[in-house]
Amino acid sequence: MTTEFIVVIAVLLVVIASTIYLVSKRGRSTLSIPAKTAGGSTVVSSSAAVAPTPDVVATELLIPPGDLKKGVRRAGLSFGRLFGNILGSDGSNQKVWDELEETLLLSDLGLELSTRVIEGAKKALEASGQRDGSAMANAVRMELRGLFVEGERDLEYAGESPTVWLVVGVNGVGKTTSIGKLSAMAAADGKKVVLAAGDTFRAAAADQLQMWAERTGADIVRSVPGADPSSVVYDSIQKAAARGFDMVIADTAGRLHTKSNLMDELRKLRRTAEKEPAHLMEVLLVLDATTGQNGLVQAREFAKAAQITGVILTKLDGSAKGGIALAAEAELGVPIKLVGIGEKVNDLIVFSPDEFLDALLEVEPQYGLSDEDLGAN
Amino acid sequence: MFDNLTDRFEEIFSRIRGKGRLSEAEVDAVLREIRAALIEADVNVGVVRLFVERVRANTVGEELQRSLSPAQHVIKMVNAELTNALGGENLKIMYASKPPTVVLMAGLQGVGKTTAAAKLALWFRHQGRNPLLVGADLQRPAAVEQLKVLGGQANVTVFSLEGDPVRTAVAGVEEARRIGRDVVIVDTAGRLSIDKELMDEVRKISGSISPNYTFLVIDAMVGQDAVNSAKVFNEALSLDGIILTKLDGDARGGAALSVRQVVGKPISFVSTGEKLADFDLFYPDRMANRILGMGDVLTLIEQAERTLDKEITEKGAKKLKGGKFDLEDFLEQMQQVKRMGPLKGVLSMLPGVPKEIRNADINEGELVKVEAIISSMTRAERSNPDMIDGSRRLRIARGAGTTTAAVGTLLKQFKDMQKMMRSMGMGGPSATKKSPNRAISKKKKRR
Ligand SMILES: Nc1nc2c(ncn2[C@@H]2O[C@H](COP(=O)(O)OP(=O)(O)OP(=O)(O)O)[C@@H](O)[C@H]2O)c(=O)[nH]1
Ligand SMILES: Nc1nc2c(ncn2[C@@H]2O[C@H](COP(=O)(O)OP(=O)(O)O)[C@@H](O)[C@H]2O)c(=O)[nH]1
Ligand SMILES: [Mg+2]
Ligand SMILES: [Mg+2]
Repeated sequence: MTTEFIVVIAVLLVVIASTIYLVSKRGRSTLSIPAKTAGGSTVVSSSAAVAPTPDVVATELLIPPGDLKKGVRRAGLSFGRLFGNILGSDGSNQKVWDELEETLLLSDLGLELSTRVIEGAKKALEASGQRDGSAMANAVRMELRGLFVEGERDLEYAGESPTVWLVVGVNGVGKTTSIGKLSAMAAADGKKVVLAAGDTFRAAAADQLQMWAERTGADIVRSVPGADPSSVVYDSIQKAAARGFDMVIADTAGRLHTKSNLMDELRKLRRTAEKEPAHLMEVLLVLDATTGQNGLVQAREFAKAAQITGVILTKLDGSAKGGIALAAEAELGVPIKLVGIGEKVNDLIVFSPDEFLDALLEVEPQYGLSDEDLGAN
Repeated sequence: MFDNLTDRFEEIFSRIRGKGRLSEAEVDAVLREIRAALIEADVNVGVVRLFVERVRANTVGEELQRSLSPAQHVIKMVNAELTNALGGENLKIMYASKPPTVVLMAGLQGVGKTTAAAKLALWFRHQGRNPLLVGADLQRPAAVEQLKVLGGQANVTVFSLEGDPVRTAVAGVEEARRIGRDVVIVDTAGRLSIDKELMDEVRKISGSISPNYTFLVIDAMVGQDAVNSAKVFNEALSLDGIILTKLDGDARGGAALSVRQVVGKPISFVSTGEKLADFDLFYPDRMANRILGMGDVLTLIEQAERTLDKEITEKGAKKLKGGKFDLEDFLEQMQQVKRMGPLKGVLSMLPGVPKEIRNADINEGELVKVEAIISSMTRAERSNPDMIDGSRRLRIARGAGTTTAAVGTLLKQFKDMQKMMRSMGMGGPSATKKSPNRAISKKKKRR
């Protein structure tokens, strides 16, 4: 590293630190930033020394991929098998509980929630004095069932037109496709629909939505690439109101919740979507079932910025279980309302907690490691 | 609970650091934390188990008992283990001796294949190649249209046909040959690994164009299922590399580790944003360093090299050293830093940044306001904010479309900041204490 760049980085650090200091909402509590980052800039120069010397331990620790491939085998951890094991187990169920935990983890439920579910099930079992397999199965299922919120999962229409549904989420989760399906659903309910092409950023996003509009007999309001999405939504609402449409379903560009300018844009979008004469009835977060732990962060941040009313869990037709959506419902109380099970117009179903649990617990063969594999190390 | 992996390791290691020797129970505790951190980072539980057992096997052994600093040893080991698990050989593209070199993109729906295809095309152009993009996703509405727009941005021709994806791919490679393109990148529709029909289709595409490189595109946000689908794609297409997308978010991307391990193919490229320039080679050491809380200085430097104006930055540095860093410089530097991308991203690459700051609620919109206020000042006001009285304040506030209070706050904060810089020995008027003195003494000497 040349000294020149250390200077550059030092300047960067100072400027970044100062900028954060100036714009951070935390005000005075960030007073220590520059000092810390100044320390950081010394770390910059010494980080080469801190960095591992790869040849010291590296070679000896390398996991040859092939080796791991052999090690990671299909463990076939279905609940059925699990509980079969329990019936024949010697009274120490710890190993089974561990396998059970692993099964929950593999569904992307998350470590904290999985642990909580298992601890809860253990307690319930203890209290009941039972210890057989089916009691264990029931206890776990009951624990999971208790994580869901009570109440309606149907989407709401306003008494007066136009109803607005706003669809939000990170990139590529299935927002536009879900809107196509929602449009068909609303049409089946006898509604006249306008789709708002609020994704003015992604290449050909409006074209994609337009095809869904054509497929489902909806109207579309679109603008030029780069246009203000709020104005597109505004225009759709005006059009719906003026021409007697029942509702507007608004598409939005995918945005990572970490991008504060885009989240601000979303706040503005929401404000537009609830102004007279619009009746904003749903703000739907689309979560991709393959999403891992980040899904919970997404739900939290979108809830904060746009007060989501429900979740559409997409791609459940794949091999992923979507456990993170349950984690989000449990933590935020935002119900999973609909489930996407394919790319066709009718592949959208109303969410049912019990069916979801059936699928979650009927775990297909997943990757896990057997004891022999571990012993073989 | 959702601290990132970096924070977790930092926390763990701050506990071990400085300790002379670890008991077995301590090792257990450390390993439990590592396990938890990895699972929360979406590393597949099976891979986590193996990883943790490997670390244990090498930690509790005699070697550790004899080693002088077990803590250092553990840190080094975990770091090296991660680097190795993530790494392997760096990708070196071997161009087909008989052009075109054929590249196939595959993956689940919505992971970023089309975007990555265009980015890759741009990357090849920067390598001095002349690529053709082929749109063989005839399934998703407007997918080809999307590729055409992106191709336009990358200045790369896009070829497509209607009807059959296999035929389109074959014709695309033909077309590349015909018009003399030396690289051809085929985008395909997203598909589920458990969708037999579509997996057959992509296998057929692969079989009929015999790609030199097949990339599986995976999303950094993906969870435990990543290994399942990656394995199926690898079996069907015999992958050459992985492209990891959406790294600009805050997902910890543990799937990179599991997929790398389970399919045994290297991660070749990373995608870090929606714009075509947000694309880079994958560096396992950087990723491991980032995971272990050492920041990603190398990436930062490269990014700085690419985006910053050297003269302006150096000028800023000089001003800082000379203690004359004023609002004018601040504005200039801020505009520079902004070019490197969202502050949060830049910040995440810096080493030693405490997590409170890394996770601070940085409102990029506020930045714009700050900029507007400073821009509404005259040059003189920027270099001497003390001259800003009530009426000037009002004028500035009007110009920036904000309140005089906001202007006041900014001025006050900048003053505080100068004070802090002074305490760090850089910037701010009173830090100039030394320089005038020096200047005077120099003058004296000269006389
Ligand atoms: N933030 C971010 N967004 C990305 C990145 N790469 C792609 N995207 C976005 O993710 C979404 C999906 O990207 P596409 O390139 O259309 O993904 P795909 O895999 O081709 O999707 P399908 O063709 O629908 O299967 C788009 O909104 C992209 O702009 C990235 O690195 N970061
Ligand atoms: N298998 C499957 N694919 C889906 C589902 N929903 C959306 N997709 C696909 O996921 C990809 C991204 O969808 P899109 O609607 O463009 O996502 P957006 O970027 O969030 O608007 C597309 O290829 C869709 O066809 C679903 O429920 N199942
Ligand atoms: Mg979309
Ligand atoms: Mg695509």
